[in-house]
Amino acid sequence: MTQHVATDRLNVSLTRRQIMIGAAGLSFAVAVNGRAAAALLAADAGGRAFSPWVSIAPDGTITIMSAATEMGQGSMTSLPLILAEELDADWSKVRIVPAPVIDQIYGNPAFGGMIYTAGSNAVRAYFQPLRTFGAQVRRVLIDNAAKKLGVPVDELTTEPSVVVHAKSGRRLGYGEIASFAEIPDKAPEIKPEQLKKPSAFRLIGKDVTRVELPGKVNGSAQYSIDVQLPGMLYGAVVRAPIEGSAPDTFGEAKVRAIAGVVKTVKLPYGIGVVAETPWAAFAARQVIVGSAAWTKSGKAWGFDSDKGLEAFAATARDLAKPGTDWFKVGDLRAELPKAADTMDALYLCDYAYHAQMEPLNAVASVSPAGDAAEVWCGTQGPTVAQEAPAKALGIARDKVKVNYTLMGGGFGRRGPRDSDFVVDAVLLAKDAGRPVKVMWTREDDVHNGRFRPLSAHYLRAGFDPSGKLTVWHHRHVGDRVTPFFDPVRYERSGRKDGILMAGGDLAGYDVPHQLVEQLYEDTGVRTAPLRGIGFLANKFATETFIDEIARKQGIDPLKLRRDLLAKNPRGSRLIERAAQMADWGRRREGRALGLAYIDYSGTQLAGIAEISLDRRSGEIRAHEFWCTIDCGLPVQPDNVVAQTESSIVYGLGLALSERITIKDGAVEQSNFYDYRVPRMNEVPRMHIEVIQTDNPPTGVGQMAAPLVAPAIGNAIAAMTGARLRHSPFTPERVKKALA
Amino acid sequence: MAINFTVNGKAASTDAPPATPLLWVIREGLKLTGTKFGCGTGLCGACTVHIDGRRAFSCQIQVSEIAGKSVTTIEGLSADASHPLQKAWLAEQVPQCGYCQSGQIMSAADLLKQNPKPTRDQIVEHMSTNICRCGTYQRIVRAVERAAREA
Repeated sequence: MTQHVATDRLNVSLTRRQIMIGAAGLSFAVAVNGRAAAALLAADAGGRAFSPWVSIAPDGTITIMSAATEMGQGSMTSLPLILAEELDADWSKVRIVPAPVIDQIYGNPAFGGMIYTAGSNAVRAYFQPLRTFGAQVRRVLIDNAAKKLGVPVDELTTEPSVVVHAKSGRRLGYGEIASFAEIPDKAPEIKPEQLKKPSAFRLIGKDVTRVELPGKVNGSAQYSIDVQLPGMLYGAVVRAPIEGSAPDTFGEAKVRAIAGVVKTVKLPYGIGVVAETPWAAFAARQVIVGSAAWTKSGKAWGFDSDKGLEAFAATARDLAKPGTDWFKVGDLRAELPKAADTMDALYLCDYAYHAQMEPLNAVASVSPAGDAAEVWCGTQGPTVAQEAPAKALGIARDKVKVNYTLMGGGFGRRGPRDSDFVVDAVLLAKDAGRPVKVMWTREDDVHNGRFRPLSAHYLRAGFDPSGKLTVWHHRHVGDRVTPFFDPVRYERSGRKDGILMAGGDLAGYDVPHQLVEQLYEDTGVRTAPLRGIGFLANKFATETFIDEIARKQGIDPLKLRRDLLAKNPRGSRLIERAAQMADWGRRREGRALGLAYIDYSGTQLAGIAEISLDRRSGEIRAHEFWCTIDCGLPVQPDNVVAQTESSIVYGLGLALSERITIKDGAVEQSNFYDYRVPRMNEVPRMHIEVIQTDNPPTGVGQMAAPLVAPAIGNAIAAMTGARLRHSPFTPERVKKALA
Repeated sequence: MAINFTVNGKAASTDAPPATPLLWVIREGLKLTGTKFGCGTGLCGACTVHIDGRRAFSCQIQVSEIAGKSVTTIEGLSADASHPLQKAWLAEQVPQCGYCQSGQIMSAADLLKQNPKPTRDQIVEHMSTNICRCGTYQRIVRAVERAAREA
């Protein structure tokens, strides 16, 4: 393999580029109309720019911009691969470069054009545009070859990186064409029907080695925590335990007395220290932690998550308290009173923490006049990582250069609008007058965590006289996420909190009358999207309730889902295949099976857990997990499997052990001893089958996570008859449910 | 006073205070950044290196303890990523975010050195010291089995 990731960054003035490119939309036209800009972009990439996405060097090297950030999900490979497919590029000659932060060209269509990788939507959102861009460049190459060879365009075909004239046997390599190509002012028009048929794909649907993997087995992969700059200092920041609180006093003299400490910096939200070495910075941090007093400003003071959840639950059950309609089909309010029979149940979920392996950190350098900055950070959102430092420094956005690196995990934590961990480094670097690397300790990462929200779910189901489920009511009382995590997005999306509420309905199932209500709480606790977002809590509630209905009606939970999926062939196929793989009907000594099904933003999945239970200790063990997934066309099938395995392990921790509690507004946990994530000896054997369909590709990065809690809880019910309605299923809760 | 030791076969020295965790000397002093900081408390294994041939959490070792000793980091495991584990890690497409993988590989290398043909259970027991938040465990098992087979 010769392709590689360019670890060096583009090194020309973004300001200049942005001015030249202007405010065009995500369109290839930018490329060609802004040819000068494209040429600038390509100057560092090497070769000639055919568009802001592609340049080709005379030696045949094809450089493709990657607009997605890489946190382990594989988009840095998948997106360029999609473009390379339609370009008919020789993949071994492809080099991938992270795109510069120019929203107008590289922004994610699914997030209003900001450069932001989240929601497992990179492939889904960029699929069609990137195919078109690739096809357009291929067309330009063919047009130039036709001219050169003096043959009609329709006599030419392509093989990887070569234009072929079969009649005469003449061949022109892409690199050769690039050396003489005339690039038109207007991009050639490519209609969707001119794109390749899936049967002609050479790259999509075939597995290639992810481009950044070689550096991940020899220690050379660069994360922001690995960045070192000449003259760099080390920083630590002790944040107020509560959002909105500010530093009052701390043992400043003691901190300054530590050898290597350069200075302390009072920030609006915490206390920073800058030192010559990381050990001096951490020693200073320790003294600050032990001596700091904070103002009582901020909302969360006094908040207790156990009591808070009880209050949430009371609100959920209290039908006199109105919510806002989040999702509605049919007419629940008219139909529920007519139901022949009804059932109800309450489900609860705790706060949960991302626990990405690389604690948050960033490196920043600020100009002496404070009018320009450069940052190095692992961010899911290069746009916000540029915007937030600019705001903090009071300078224009284009005065901040962002170098976004590989991330040691993201899971939703690394893209808040305020880019908290990036701003730390910028403010300390400004004050110190030297570049600064700010590293959070694991304890900082937990204490400053932004969590999957606390939520309570009151569900009601109504049945017709034949026992058929026809009415579904879900009252979701949850701690707000989007208004805290990204207020701009919240306003732009019509004040809807999709991160909290997604998955509360019964997508995929045929239930004619559904109402999902959102009842908002604002505890002041810091929140964020977390892998699986609203689906985690919502599908725990809905898939458990479906199972409860089946058991109450005395029917097989598989049979009930079969009925509910009767009009959904994709979903039906998934549950049937999963059941077959798990040998659903077979009884097993000391073990039991539980099933869950999800339609997660168009990706459908079925999961079956095989569990055992130590009734004395209350400990659950998952032994096997079968999962079928239909994500439409799988761009990288083995990566679909890998992401599904990954999501299952993530979901396992959230189902069994991961729990953040808040006392007097502050986080109680600190590190992996009191926030336990799954280890190798706790994970089941996973059996994943990707069910291929011709549907357009949908997401895979997190979709299986929400299957796990309901599948395990349903298995416990199958084994014991006891129902687990509060996630995670800690041993104490399991014992209580069994009692 | 400087502390002298060997890293990846080369002489190294640091004037960091004696209680400084070896991890920070390796990463920020010697600029061998393949060894990672994950928890600082010996719970996650991202900082795993070999000291005199056996695995150790470098965040839990004070630099004074390694005077005269030999440290191997991921950068020194092989010259060109040719260790059977590194090859197996690519063959099984193990890494996702990759941040823990240096530690995973160093931990697995320690296992294979002591026990060239481990059973699945032995692999799982040995490797449960190392957290992978991306949940690549199943592939790690496969990669260790492959390396044991192909070594």
